[in-house]
Amino acid sequence: MNHTTQVPDRLPVREETGAATAAPSPPRARAPRRPTSQQWAAWAFLAPVTLYLALFYAYPLYRNLDLSLRNYTVRSFVQGDAPFTGLANYRTVFDDPTFAPALLHTAVFTAVCLVFQYAIGLALAVFFNQHFRLSATLRALFLVPWLLPLIVSASTWSWMLNSDSGIVNAALHAVGVDPVNWLTSPSWSLTSVIIANIWIGVPFNLVVLYSGLQSIPGALYEAAALDGAGAWRRFWSITFPLLRPVSAITLLLGLVYTLKVFDIIWIMTKGGPADSSTTFATWSYQLGFGNLLPAFGPGAAVGNLLVVAALVFGLVYLRVQRKQYES
Amino acid sequence: MNRSTRRRLTAAAMTVVAVATGTTACSSGSGSTSAKADGGAYTIWDPYPQFDKSSDWAKLLDDCGTKAGVKIKRTAFDTSDLSNKALLAAQQDNSADVLIVDNPVVSTLAEAGVLTTTDDNKLDTSKVDPNLLAAGQSGGKTYGTPVGANTLALYYNKEVLKEAGVDIGSVKDWKSLTAALAKVEKAGKKGITFSAIGTEEGSFQFLPWFWGSGAQLTDLDSAEAVSALSLWKGWLDKGYAPNSVLNNTQTTSWQEFASGDYAFAENGTWQLAGAKKAGFDYGVVPVPNATGGNAAAPTGGEFVTIPVQGDTGRYATSQKLVSCLTSSENLLVTDTTLSYVAPTSEVQDKQVAANAELKPWVDAVKAAKGRTSDDLGTKYPKISEQLWKAVQSALSGSKSPEDALATAQSAAK
Repeated sequence: MNHTTQVPDRLPVREETGAATAAPSPPRARAPRRPTSQQWAAWAFLAPVTLYLALFYAYPLYRNLDLSLRNYTVRSFVQGDAPFTGLANYRTVFDDPTFAPALLHTAVFTAVCLVFQYAIGLALAVFFNQHFRLSATLRALFLVPWLLPLIVSASTWSWMLNSDSGIVNAALHAVGVDPVNWLTSPSWSLTSVIIANIWIGVPFNLVVLYSGLQSIPGALYEAAALDGAGAWRRFWSITFPLLRPVSAITLLLGLVYTLKVFDIIWIMTKGGPADSSTTFATWSYQLGFGNLLPAFGPGAAVGNLLVVAALVFGLVYLRVQRKQYES
Repeated sequence: MNRSTRRRLTAAAMTVVAVATGTTACSSGSGSTSAKADGGAYTIWDPYPQFDKSSDWAKLLDDCGTKAGVKIKRTAFDTSDLSNKALLAAQQDNSADVLIVDNPVVSTLAEAGVLTTTDDNKLDTSKVDPNLLAAGQSGGKTYGTPVGANTLALYYNKEVLKEAGVDIGSVKDWKSLTAALAKVEKAGKKGITFSAIGTEEGSFQFLPWFWGSGAQLTDLDSAEAVSALSLWKGWLDKGYAPNSVLNNTQTTSWQEFASGDYAFAENGTWQLAGAKKAGFDYGVVPVPNATGGNAAAPTGGEFVTIPVQGDTGRYATSQKLVSCLTSSENLLVTDTTLSYVAPTSEVQDKQVAANAELKPWVDAVKAAKGRTSDDLGTKYPKISEQLWKAVQSALSGSKSPEDALATAQSAAK
């Protein structure tokens, strides 16, 4: 709770001091007589971005908060007189039988995806750092999942994993394994969407980690090799520690992306069967738009919980980064 | 307070846009209609984006406008988009003059106070089949008139049934249908495909069986309801229906049937055109109910409604427009283009006379029932959500049909 109030306070301060120091310094150099008009100009230059931020970031966030604190029915949505109900929507959400499974699925989905995406991405980055022939071509191929529109990749996964006519079950059948109901069995649906999401997330990790590897000086490896360190030792003692800042930002960005993954799950399973692959993101959509009678309030409440979760991890990242910077 | 300032803001914004783009913003005057930048034209919103300006539908709208002495401004939306758009427009007091929406949405919009009743707008609905009109009624009031109806029935593949030695005449109830599926399966073909997806489509497809068992939507965990869900579950367990039904939309389910391997498919009137292209001989029978006879299938199709306007003087012209759109001769044209069954028996007879293939569909529509009927209104969306969840839980094996429906009933209350 403390962090949430501290940091947003601090950020604008930093911006303001930045603007303030930037603005008066030129007048001192060129036109010391008219500081006010220069200041006006500075504000004018600042205005578009402030307006943009307020219109497209602050207002929607405020609206979402407002939605989640009022009891919206279709009638009060149209009349605009929804009564303020405090945290009632949040209580509804917490008491919902879907809450516990959705929380668990969100946590599992995010954790498993992050671990695998990062591990596979790092392994591939180290692999491609060897600069062998065709490595550039191969690396480009690994980017394909990232370039495809999500609706295309998710639909393709959904076809491949189809219980009766999917290619995965056909392949399993060929090697004598019983078919698996990937998308239609409650025990497999979450696994299926995790697999698809890992596939989509690997290229991002690969690219960022690969560029991180470029910045590690080759001399370090040469020195370590002279000292008799093997490949394994070189990885754990040089690559991994020096890659830590890049890893941290990769994982943080990955976390934010993964928390809000919606398209893949919705296209592949609609969060089902029987809520077995429902995460907060799909649940929020389901509440707000998945029904003929929208429940805007609880839907917005779930969305806000997601925002808070991402914010908490963002703050953890800032704190870790500050510690690293200080040390 | 809040609302009026917002309205003023919208009006101001619209005016600015109109002036800036240099359109014919002939000083739209003051008052609540100022939100409509195009003062003289009457706006019509429909969910038929497949019809462009040159289509019969668009021409019909223009003709009706000419007859009523006004210009028509038509906007077509995607069906799933339209209800949200209509709510937003109503929030901004910028509703269309005539709104054509999917029938289960009518009660939601009526609840929101967006639609006028037939008492206010003087629409004549006396010729419309009462079972179809019921979908647009709640609290004893009627909120529009159907433009046409569609519903579900069973398509069957004649070749597959012949190979399996099944006579379609023998399929009269659930028992004989299951027996037919067993024969088909023995002959090495696939039984039946439908859509049990976790959306409104899943409930829509389950309802003929649900109602065919004698169950009521107000009592989801009755013994009859359990028997309907057990029927589907049994088909999946025995392999008469593929496991993929859990993820099938009605379109993917149709694609499975169109592959030619399936004996039966539960699907709608709108697939008739596709059926002709499928390349095999097909027939259509109504969905049977548990003990013989036709089950009530849910009605699909849209309602023509007149949204509430700030300027009540517009209703008279809107009423003329709607009456023109739903006059017998125009209904025939519209429902033929949409591949719908007409909502009045007079036009239904003409349709069957023109195309005998429509006969089973007309019968099915006559037996059909609106999802929001029985005065369920806005309770239906909640019930439906629990119903499709129960179907998904039972078919995927995470719960027994009894438990799934018991959970659904307690959640829907």
